[in-house]
Amino acid sequence: MTPVRLSHFTASSCLGCGRAATLTALLQHRGGLAPCRFETIDDLETPVGEVPQVDDVALPAPLAEYECRNNRLAWLGLQQDDFSAAVEDAIARYGPRRVGILIGTSTAGILQTEQAYRRRDPNTGALPEDLLYRTTHNTYSVAAFIRRYFRLAGPALVVSTACSSSAKVFASAARMLAAGVIDAAIVGGVDSLCLTTLYGFNSLELLSAEPCRPFDVDRKGLCIGEAAAFVLLERPGSNRDADTVLLLGAGESSDAYHMSAPHPDGLGAQIAMAAALRSAGLQASDIDYINLHGTATPSNDAAEGKAVAALFGDRTPCSSIKGATGHTLGAAGGLEAVISALALQHAFLPGGINTRHLDPAIPIQYLTANSTLAPSRVLSNSFGFGGTNCSLVFGRSG
Amino acid sequence: MTSTTTAVLRGWIDGIGVLGPGLSTWAQAQPILAGTVVYQPQPVLIPTAAALPPPERRRVGLAAKVALAVAQEAITNARSDARALAAVFSSSGADCDNCDAICQVLASEDRHLSPTRFHNSVHNVAAGYWSIASGAMTQATALCAYDGSFGAGLLEALTQVVVDGVGTLLVTYEVPYPEPLHAKRPFPATFGLALVLMPQPGPHSLAQLQVDLVEAPPDQVAIAEVEALRSRIPSARGLPLLQLLAQGRRGRVILEYLDPLNLAVTILPCR
Repeated sequence: MTPVRLSHFTASSCLGCGRAATLTALLQHRGGLAPCRFETIDDLETPVGEVPQVDDVALPAPLAEYECRNNRLAWLGLQQDDFSAAVEDAIARYGPRRVGILIGTSTAGILQTEQAYRRRDPNTGALPEDLLYRTTHNTYSVAAFIRRYFRLAGPALVVSTACSSSAKVFASAARMLAAGVIDAAIVGGVDSLCLTTLYGFNSLELLSAEPCRPFDVDRKGLCIGEAAAFVLLERPGSNRDADTVLLLGAGESSDAYHMSAPHPDGLGAQIAMAAALRSAGLQASDIDYINLHGTATPSNDAAEGKAVAALFGDRTPCSSIKGATGHTLGAAGGLEAVISALALQHAFLPGGINTRHLDPAIPIQYLTANSTLAPSRVLSNSFGFGGTNCSLVFGRSG
Repeated sequence: MTSTTTAVLRGWIDGIGVLGPGLSTWAQAQPILAGTVVYQPQPVLIPTAAALPPPERRRVGLAAKVALAVAQEAITNARSDARALAAVFSSSGADCDNCDAICQVLASEDRHLSPTRFHNSVHNVAAGYWSIASGAMTQATALCAYDGSFGAGLLEALTQVVVDGVGTLLVTYEVPYPEPLHAKRPFPATFGLALVLMPQPGPHSLAQLQVDLVEAPPDQVAIAEVEALRSRIPSARGLPLLQLLAQGRRGRVILEYLDPLNLAVTILPCR
């Protein structure tokens, strides 16, 4: 594919709000998971990666109809690292019709409706008047919110493919740029805590009772987190330096196997990674670090490990950051794209946390400590329910 | 760097699938939309998802069955191999029955969900079942753009055709919410629409399709009952395009996308 430039990026998660807080947590090798005290939940023994600052956000009055946890988290994310100013600058250069919005989310503002169902009219069963479906519950609401926030008038969409959502937006945005439909894109992921995902993963017995331990022989499941990550994508242009990060390739595939379990040999994952390498015009040996999907469920890590080992052997350093951030579901691809970009710009490889005894059955080079190896090219994996897979390749410009 | 050029995206339509009230297949709908047969409202009969293995067939919801039905019809009409096509699924609500069922459980004393309820809640539910049914390991995405979901799906599918040079199956579908959500988002009926879009013309191509973004009001369908579907169901926003294809004539229609942008679609029949 034609490389695309990450002109500006930011992320907010339980590690902190903005690039500096995120980078500091990664360099200090610490995470942000804490026991679940979310909403009315008192029966789930699992740590979560909550962003506490979301509770203090009040959307500006003109955006009041978008009021919900997911859009508050989006707004919080947009305020970090002068991201909004970078977008405004792009709009000034290209015009409001030529800046696209492609956001990944799995559940958008479903929490509003979950709560509204408790307040149904006892006689008619009707939902309360104050539930605004279009601007909160609907899967598109987060993109509509951002489009309204920046007063944009161009193409917009939400990709909602479970946990690959905000990786796939990079592939879609790169195609739109290549096709000449847009000149810049706000891409990213926003997913917030809600009851559907917490009780849903609980029903599958996939929630870990302790901070999750990716690739540990005793891993017991995942921890759910929330995050807002945003990237401004543009064509590379000429005014870039060695630290500029580029999206070099993207690969997507389907398992065609099961709705909630990965292909046991990671066949779909392999196809996605191989396609990403081909798209970038690179060999496996050109990749310096793999940011694994690494949810810490027994089946994901086993399947992903097989896929990585089949393509990369045990030579390529890799890790999952989900021990630190939790699994941020539809925001994971975006958050991990930002973390990949930080690794490229700050010349380090983030080691995974919480993993004590590496699974000896998974023959990959899993990092449990940070490394000062300076990567030039990074591959980031995101897989999801429905057997959806996406791998992205990022690289330094110089 | 400023670019003001408006790109025109080009592809070929090889197959069509449709399912809605009074429009049960493309073969049945074509003369109605062409104006040679009178539209008769009929309830939608949703086919069983026969291509799914028995366990998945038991778990699949109505919404995904609608998507699979129109997808399979379009593939059959195009004489395509699904395993060679990328897929774009676009829907405003995905599985609306399932959403209501989950919200009911979560508002009750016992919040235990069934695993099937949970995995059917993902917006890519139809894409997941489709890949299992067809064996396609190709890229599949699932989009939402509220009332612009048809337009967003068409734009995404065509950029895949143009940029990746791959044949792409576009599937848009909607199934009504039950109450109480129906009052908040009232779809009057079930409606599915699928197109097989190809990067080059082939022996089964029906028409060349060109799409560009314009600021012009969307076209309506001349048949009142069909227009009522178009204006109220996101996946039915593509009906003016189907009408043009049914008439087999060269022409241009405007399809609703996202205010102020709509999609201008030019059709050049292949035969």
